[in-house]
Amino acid sequence: MKKFMLDLVIKKNISLSNQYALLILTSHDKLPEILPGQFAEIRVDGSSTVFLRRPISIHFVDYETNELWLLIQIIGDGTKKMADLKVGEIVNLLLPLGNSYSIPTNSEAKLLLVGGGCGVAPLLYLGAHLKSLGFDVNFLIGGRSSTDILQLCEYERFGNVFITTEDGSLGEKGFVTQHSVLRASNFDYIYTCGPTPMMKAIASYAAKINAICEVSLENTMACGIGACLCCVTDTIQGHVCVCTEGPVFNITKLKWQI
Amino acid sequence: MANLDIKIGKLQLKNPVLTASGTFGYGSEYSDFMDISRIGGIIVKGTTLRERQGNPYPRMAETPSGMLNAVGLQNKGVEYFVKNIYPTVKNIDTNILVNLSGSIIEDYIEAAEILNELDAIPGIELNISCPNVKEGGMAFGTSCLSAAQVVREVRRVYKKDLMVKLSPNVTSISEIALAVEAEGADSVSLINTLLGMAINAEKRKPILSTITGGLSGPAVKPIALRMVYQVAQAVKIPVIGLGGIMNATDAIEFMLAGASGIQIGTANFIDPTVTIKVIDGIDEYLNRHGYKNVTEIIGAMEI
Repeated sequence: MKKFMLDLVIKKNISLSNQYALLILTSHDKLPEILPGQFAEIRVDGSSTVFLRRPISIHFVDYETNELWLLIQIIGDGTKKMADLKVGEIVNLLLPLGNSYSIPTNSEAKLLLVGGGCGVAPLLYLGAHLKSLGFDVNFLIGGRSSTDILQLCEYERFGNVFITTEDGSLGEKGFVTQHSVLRASNFDYIYTCGPTPMMKAIASYAAKINAICEVSLENTMACGIGACLCCVTDTIQGHVCVCTEGPVFNITKLKWQI
Repeated sequence: MANLDIKIGKLQLKNPVLTASGTFGYGSEYSDFMDISRIGGIIVKGTTLRERQGNPYPRMAETPSGMLNAVGLQNKGVEYFVKNIYPTVKNIDTNILVNLSGSIIEDYIEAAEILNELDAIPGIELNISCPNVKEGGMAFGTSCLSAAQVVREVRRVYKKDLMVKLSPNVTSISEIALAVEAEGADSVSLINTLLGMAINAEKRKPILSTITGGLSGPAVKPIALRMVYQVAQAVKIPVIGLGGIMNATDAIEFMLAGASGIQIGTANFIDPTVTIKVIDGIDEYLNRHGYKNVTEIIGAMEI
């Protein structure tokens, strides 16, 4: 897929909490084709501490309104600067980068999309894409507390939503791996994105039930296009770049102990 | 339009802008963003005789105005380059140079012999300055004796342009430059990265898997500029300057300090089209100051 460097305009910046912001970007030109699971490298302007671009998952693409959505978790100076962007400001992005989640060949396949915290971001676009292809979509979303469950009504547009929180403030109490839906159904495909311990636990569950499992990694990156070789992960084929060979990996490719 | 053509050692370039090894892949990574054949020269990823997996993750730490890397020369080896990369890169209409590294002198020689046979590769950049490999690499470039020895041995088998990349992690970079010049280097490029480190205070752990790594980016520019100036004063062969060049003004500063050409490295990660902007910016500078040829600004700093 051809990659672009684009200047997009902030159309909306919605504060979801003091930790999360939803950026809605647009352009006069039609947005390029972007696949679920891909990411963008965002240039952070006007920061004395941020030097490199920041890799951010594509949360959603709306081709009718020509909108690109990014879900930002405020962690350091770079994401803070992004969350402070004002409507009308220009953001420079490289996109679309990386590979994408794979689509099941069997239209009857039972699918589960599991996200933790800000890791839910790419699953919205994936769920929308899968629903448009006629699949039944099930989201399983986990967080520490109800304030970590983001964009709930958006996920509900595209499928069933199951929730766990560690403090029990929303959905079932516990971790995503403890949710009752995992015992009630047998899934063929499990897509996941979130903290590594969560993804490893999900991968282990998937292996047990013989489901195909794809995880999205978020290693620290410099270039985002396979030039610097900084973001590698260890696979059965040796070190490969997460930015080009990933961010989505089938768990059978990774050397995870699960 | 000023004349940007320049001869550096045995190389004839359409402009003095090259890409630094390890920051531009094999060129194709950037071809969606621009016409890469406009660049004066592309120095491809550091290549060794045999495949190397490089260092474990994490390999990178962002630092003030720069970054540390500890990639450790991950590459598939020279034979893979010849079979799988060369057939594609040889069609790019510019100078494609291979950055060659090794752990022992015999490896350098064997790989240089193989590269000498590639018609479309007009030169190599001999890397005697990588700070991220356990043995060899930088060790060759930090003493005059070993730097001279590896250049002498490679020069014996490599007939085309031999650029030698110098380490800044030395007491006197000029002495190393003089030593490799005496053994037949066609040019020297400097600086490779500066040895540095970063710590995560909360976790009380080093950020890089190797603890130390190589610092690049604008943080190192003043040091690089000083070293380029000193080396250009000392040697007769051309000097290629690099270290934190982010724009045309930075590039021009290196040329005024005595560099015949420049390389752009870390800046490619922030703006994949920066090389083209630097080429156009040099042209604009030359026109604005009434220079007809880019060669006129080499070492033109007035004291």
